[in-house]
Amino acid sequence: MSNRDAVKRHDEEGLGELLRLLPPAPAGWVLAAQELPRARAGIDGLVQRAQADLAFRATLLADVEAALAAEGVEPSRPLADLLRRRVAE
Amino acid sequence: MQASSDADLVAACLAGDSSAWDELVERFSRYVFAIATQAFRLPAHEAEDVFQEVFLRVYDRLNTLREPSALRPWIAQLTRRECIDRVRQGARETPVEELPEEVESELDRLEEAFDVRLELSTLSPECQDVLDRFFCRDESYRTIGAALDLPAGTIASRISRCLGRLRERLEGRNPVAAASSERRDR
Repeated sequence: MSNRDAVKRHDEEGLGELLRLLPPAPAGWVLAAQELPRARAGIDGLVQRAQADLAFRATLLADVEAALAAEGVEPSRPLADLLRRRVAE
Repeated sequence: MQASSDADLVAACLAGDSSAWDELVERFSRYVFAIATQAFRLPAHEAEDVFQEVFLRVYDRLNTLREPSALRPWIAQLTRRECIDRVRQGARETPVEELPEEVESELDRLEEAFDVRLELSTLSPECQDVLDRFFCRDESYRTIGAALDLPAGTIASRISRCLGRLRERLEGRNPVAAASSERRDR
């Protein structure tokens, strides 16, 4: 960026434009990401149960989202995919 | 100043500090969101998947980051890759080999916006709040005035004053630009 560009972008209008480029992400998305450590612990527990109990494994694979929700984990697609992969391993 | 450097934040996350993870997500959530929705223009449901996948990867692979101070470019790269994968999945006939120029241009602008946002975090809480409400949350003077219990006219002058301070901070990092700005303002 040239010095002229830098000056132009640092006037009030330019700064306003740059600030507008980063609106907040939806609060629910942020919260779900912040809860990942707890979600991972819940998934670890489900995987252990599935490894020890074939009936539970079948139930879990039939409805991964419900299993996550029962653990208090928001059943986002990335987490559901992760759980499926780990149970299938 | 920022509460902690990116390197400190990474170290705290790796030590199991859950509040550090919250802060990491808070610090980069707008950035990841903007890359997905503004640079790559993904629809909301795909942007949400990208958003969660990126933070899941960050959480899982943080211990593989060789240079903790490179957290930001690493997150940017993870986000770009996720977005490109989505675009490729949607483009059944036209393979996506390289990013269109407008995407690259928007990514550059988001980098600049992130730098401004970092500098914003060095201002007073009052300035951070009023600038965030007005520019990032698109709140009106009336809404901000009601929330902060201030007259609308005061909000306008506070925004102007805080923008001036933000500009000073940014130009303090770029003395040549600051000198040019002074000449222009005379």
